[in-house]
Amino acid sequence: MQRYSAFSLLRNALGHNRNWGRVWRSPEPKQGYDAIIVGGGGHGLATAYYLAKNHGMSNIAVLEKGWIGGGNTGRNTTIVRSNYLWTEAALLYEKSMQLWEGLSQDLNYNVMFSQRGVYNLGHSLQDMRDIERRVNANRLNGIDAEVVGTAELGKAIPHLNISPGARYPVLGASLQRRGGVARHDAVAWGFARAADALGVDIIEQCAVTGIDVSGGKAVGVQTTRGPIASDRIGVVVAGHAGVLAQMADLRLPIESHPLQAFVSEPIRPVLDTVVMSGAVHGYISQSDKGELVIGAGIDAYNGYGQRGSFPVIEHAMQAIVELFPVFSRVRMLRLWGGIVDVAPDACPILSKTPVEGLYFNCGWGTGGFKATPGSGWAFAHTMAHDEAHELNAPFSLERFSTGALVDEHGAAAVAH
Amino acid sequence: MLLIECPWCGPRAETEFSHGGEAGITRPANPDALSDAEWADYLFYRSNPRGAHRELWNHARGCRRWFVVERDTVTNRIAGSFRLDEALPVPASAAGKQAEQGD
Repeated sequence: MQRYSAFSLLRNALGHNRNWGRVWRSPEPKQGYDAIIVGGGGHGLATAYYLAKNHGMSNIAVLEKGWIGGGNTGRNTTIVRSNYLWTEAALLYEKSMQLWEGLSQDLNYNVMFSQRGVYNLGHSLQDMRDIERRVNANRLNGIDAEVVGTAELGKAIPHLNISPGARYPVLGASLQRRGGVARHDAVAWGFARAADALGVDIIEQCAVTGIDVSGGKAVGVQTTRGPIASDRIGVVVAGHAGVLAQMADLRLPIESHPLQAFVSEPIRPVLDTVVMSGAVHGYISQSDKGELVIGAGIDAYNGYGQRGSFPVIEHAMQAIVELFPVFSRVRMLRLWGGIVDVAPDACPILSKTPVEGLYFNCGWGTGGFKATPGSGWAFAHTMAHDEAHELNAPFSLERFSTGALVDEHGAAAVAH
Repeated sequence: MLLIECPWCGPRAETEFSHGGEAGITRPANPDALSDAEWADYLFYRSNPRGAHRELWNHARGCRRWFVVERDTVTNRIAGSFRLDEALPVPASAAGKQAEQGD
């Protein structure tokens, strides 16, 4: 791998930037691997990277049906935070946060992680009680969190409408200062490049069409580029997890929904932090290019078409204009829909399955981007040792039959 | 915007309806007799198909009655609406599933 540094920038600048090498190889698939990761999104690439880095495995393939960075990894609002209410979730997301904090150095790739703070607004007395409870729970878990009032909000976010006359008046917020945003494409590219450098084969344009199971054990996959053998298969395909599960005659407790986001035309710097509101349901930040990055909710009905419904767009816009009247005349430039896999408790599934050697990492629903490094880190451990790490042990498939759900959806009252 | 046909009120905009999840999930007659896995299957596991899907809708901002819609989850094309007290036709859904397995 060509290491990136100030010196390499200078050297390549002198060569008119014509000598940069390929960032990752484009190998032909081998007949077999020690491990196969299905899905070359952020989570899949992170899994491959940590399998190679932490567990000494390098004979690994990542199979991606499209191209790297073309799925949900490249279509999200890039928010990173770890202020989850329940301990199980908080510890998993906090592990991720700690990895984010050193990720650019670790990958030798600038993922542009910017800890600009994340505000979760409260609009009612009950919202504020929930926020105080969550902030206290976060602190008990060693996660930075604080409650801020409207006076401080007004200073920190001058364009936020904190008028008591607002339809849904802002009463305060929780603030996680270590939260922020990262450049989503760079996360995919950085993990792909670093995994490739450790010997991982990243095979694009290779859709998995079948999972071979023999005697209750996974033995390989059928792909559009031929069969590939492996007795360790990790499936990390977000919205299509159910389709892949069906190939191995498994059922998953998840449903797929379109989730939408938009960016506006680029405008001058106006918002230097991340603002989320679960009550009016909108979240917004401003990218380094100047675009407002806005997230909407999921369509209530399930779907696999990568576009969402119009009422959801309208609802998100209403929320943003309610919070920031100054944005009412900003025009939206692009919008997109990704398919997210939502579990009943809105928490992920990182788990072994009834098929030996077949592992699923799914159910991240609307909030998977922030977990990319931690998810890969824990899932790599699960695949390498055939046993969950203590961080992801609560996120097994069994929790749906034991009843030990991590009820983040019902209790946290935060947008994911 | 989906145009959903309520069997009683006719075609109306999607915003008048609320979605009730997969149709045909019947509460087990005797939950005590089930294993934990069977109970979990009833509570949490859904078919989540890519293709033809039968689902419950409620005309929440209208006649407030429940009915079944068959919709393709990829194209959002609606094959038909059915009242809960009428027998559902079989072919479309079964044909859709076979086609999906073929690709």
